[in-house]
Amino acid sequence: MAANNTPVPHYLKPLLDTPFHARARVLSQNDSFVPWAGYSTVDVFTTAEQEYFAIRNAATLFDLTPMVKYRINGSDAERYLNRLVTRDVRKLKVGRVSYVVWCNDSGHLIDDGTIFRLGPQDFRLCTAERQLDWLLDSAIGFDVRVEEVTEDIAALAVQGPTSCYILKKFGLAGVERLKPFELAEFDAAGRPVMVSRTGFTGDLGYELWMRPEHALSIWDDLMAAGRTRGLRAIGSQALNMARIEAGFLMPNVDFVSAEHTIRMNRDRTPLELGLGWLVDFDKPHFNGRRALLTQKASGLRRLLVGLDVDGNKAAHNALLYADEAGNHEVGSVTSAMWSPTCKRNLALAILDAPHHAIGSKVWADIYLNRELVWERRMVAAHVVERPFFAPDRRRQTPPADR
Amino acid sequence: MATTNSKRHDVIVIGAGHNGLVAACYMARAGLDVLVVERNDYVGGATVSRNLFEDYTYSNCSYVCSLLRPEIMRALELPRFGLQIIPYDGGCTMMNDGNHLALYDNHDALRREIARHSKRDAEAYDRYSRDVIRQCKFIRPLLMREPPDPTSFKPRDLTELLYLGQRFHNMGEERMYDTLRFWTMSAADFLDEYFESEIVKAHFAGSSIIGTALGPRSPGSAYVLLHHYMGDIDETVGAWGFARGGMGAVSSSLTASLQASGGAVRTSAPVERILVRNGRSCGVALTSGEEIAAKVVVSNMDVKRTFLDSMDAEHLPEEFLKAVRRFKIRGSSGKLNIALERLPQFPSIPDGAPSIRGDLHITDTIEMMERAYDDWKEGRWSQAPYVDMLMPSQIDPTMAADGKHYMSVFVQYCPYELADGPWTDDKRQAFGNTVIDAIARHSPDFKSLIRHAEVRTPWDIEQEVGLTEGNIFQGELTMDQLMFNRPVPGYAQYRTPVKGLYLSGSSTHPGGGVMGAPGANCARRVLTDLGRSA
Repeated sequence: MAANNTPVPHYLKPLLDTPFHARARVLSQNDSFVPWAGYSTVDVFTTAEQEYFAIRNAATLFDLTPMVKYRINGSDAERYLNRLVTRDVRKLKVGRVSYVVWCNDSGHLIDDGTIFRLGPQDFRLCTAERQLDWLLDSAIGFDVRVEEVTEDIAALAVQGPTSCYILKKFGLAGVERLKPFELAEFDAAGRPVMVSRTGFTGDLGYELWMRPEHALSIWDDLMAAGRTRGLRAIGSQALNMARIEAGFLMPNVDFVSAEHTIRMNRDRTPLELGLGWLVDFDKPHFNGRRALLTQKASGLRRLLVGLDVDGNKAAHNALLYADEAGNHEVGSVTSAMWSPTCKRNLALAILDAPHHAIGSKVWADIYLNRELVWERRMVAAHVVERPFFAPDRRRQTPPADR
Repeated sequence: MATTNSKRHDVIVIGAGHNGLVAACYMARAGLDVLVVERNDYVGGATVSRNLFEDYTYSNCSYVCSLLRPEIMRALELPRFGLQIIPYDGGCTMMNDGNHLALYDNHDALRREIARHSKRDAEAYDRYSRDVIRQCKFIRPLLMREPPDPTSFKPRDLTELLYLGQRFHNMGEERMYDTLRFWTMSAADFLDEYFESEIVKAHFAGSSIIGTALGPRSPGSAYVLLHHYMGDIDETVGAWGFARGGMGAVSSSLTASLQASGGAVRTSAPVERILVRNGRSCGVALTSGEEIAAKVVVSNMDVKRTFLDSMDAEHLPEEFLKAVRRFKIRGSSGKLNIALERLPQFPSIPDGAPSIRGDLHITDTIEMMERAYDDWKEGRWSQAPYVDMLMPSQIDPTMAADGKHYMSVFVQYCPYELADGPWTDDKRQAFGNTVIDAIARHSPDFKSLIRHAEVRTPWDIEQEVGLTEGNIFQGELTMDQLMFNRPVPGYAQYRTPVKGLYLSGSSTHPGGGVMGAPGANCARRVLTDLGRSA
């Protein structure tokens, strides 16, 4: 066995612990850890439902250290990113964050992520999947440095209606002035913390970026500050419920990166995923532009949409049909849940034209396990606008304390 | 004097190698009276388990079961007849500076391992696997099908060509370009498109040269790499691994399956001549003088041994024979089988790592591999050879006594003919020592643990197994000898210029490895020609 201060080698323990692991281990009542981007993370601490309601009612801590982080700087950093992603990075001001996607030459989505503009030519890119190979290839011809810094930065999402209040109490004076997608540096009793008003819940919330050596003390101080305002640690299951309500996409659930697809017709363009609003055809050349223009002109053969499904049984993995008899298949569900907050049965689904228009009605083939007896239901589902849930507090500045 | 066995069989299969047995099994199951004749006193050809020293079991030719088609195992009920495939761990390449690169099965462990050498390569690996899987997915369904003749207008050929064309087209434009490039480019160029680290490239390049008289920089070697990956992508778990009991378990289960459906095998029955009467094969003559009559003869020997050594030229068209003579079947691989007193130490493999149970290598640059090939071209065995070594006894308890270990060392490159004259016992010993010395540089106690070593040159493999030049694939896997060009243009569909004579060995599509696909495809062709359903 390795000595206490020697890390266990990767061939004996492939997953890394995040800097918050010591706290997560104590709080996880189910001892339920799952791999996420090379780290061991918690999927449920107590119950997913309790954790979910904390997101919508109080405040939550979510360890997002495994998000892959790249530092991108150099005199061509802006030009480089502007060629990489579909949005116009020139319009992104220093101190702001932008949700972006990037494509291969044929316009197929490689990944989505967020760009933090830390300086005129200094950026941080956060992604779900590892991208170094693609980012370095794309850097040829630009004066730009791309460096993975995932392990150098610990990150916590603080999300929920009381999140701003708790951060103020924790000591981040002025955090209430941050507008959505704004970022600022704070000093938390000698511990530098970058705070961005971003998140994956569709609710009021912030993300805190810190040095790994400060991770545990910041966790403890946040928990202390939030104890009377319902702050609790949450795992990935609760977050997944919130993100479906917010209409956000999950890689490898709602789409597969074009870097990983094996079969034909598994690649998706941002237009097909309903992310057309992220594609700026007025900016200079960007990767995939020509293919996306062609697709835009010829119309979408399929589109990712929001569904409101009749009944209250989540339409997990359901095939979708144009007819109740189930003869004409037109798509499938990628994510599904009964929304406790909206009291609607939600789903994200890929649908063929013309069935993807708002207001269209399709049929979902749902299988129910009732005490080990499987039953099948054909249930009507309606194409509706996303997001399903968008409370005003997510944009309000300064936010209310509760 | 020729004695004629009064019984006339439906089919005689020459050679009880795995493909011959597979073909025999399918035909026997379809109700034909099948006899397999084998020159050795044991079955299996190059798919054997042998006890040559104490109670160590050697898989002394082929040594892993990576490509054997699961549909064949299933159709012939091989598990019922004792075949059990057990997976082994990912191996490693030991480097000359004491470092190593291990291929861990766990994706995160693997990423962190490659990242020790190059962070970028760790992520490029995913793209590399994706492209390899994409290509293998295209090729794999073609394995169990007869290649169409592109010059024919017969409905079957047109249908097959259409199938091929459609599959190709369905890959999409980019991947179609990739296919054409991957099938023709060198492994070194292929790997350069993904990786920057020498050791990463060297590790993956290994499978591009195994069994092949090409270097990693020779055009066409990228395909050999893909060919070796074919078994790796099966969605069915347990398709890649050791045959429990050694590779002989494959041939013994095939033999049992054959016997259960009424077929028979005769060992120690070397064939002298394939008999042809009125342009039609009618049986075989054994070296003993005995003649055995059959309606159909299936030769599981390679294409050269079949037509150049076992038939009279008068029965064969000249241009066909010319093509057979030109068929590339160069011997380039040697093999050491070693009985070890205990598990040797490899200091560059970290304690507790699973790599020791996988395939071990000691060639840490492509340059070194290419130099090893240069030796072969000049008629010498490689002075710093590429080895693929495994100690299956760590996983399969049947291979050696508790605590003892059997090591299989596949060696690339070793020529069939040496520049300075024929192989002798001294030269064979010197070849073996070169390999043992190379391994010993990475294992201080290795030499002291050797209790017995069998050294096999390509020449030995030819003498014992009957593979021309000891070529393990019964012919190079190069584009000019694949698909509808394998073994020779116009005869890719298991038939030959002689009516009633068929080929079932790896000289035919889809080629070498213990895959069984050529045998299965050949049986289907015979049954169709006889008007039987498979």
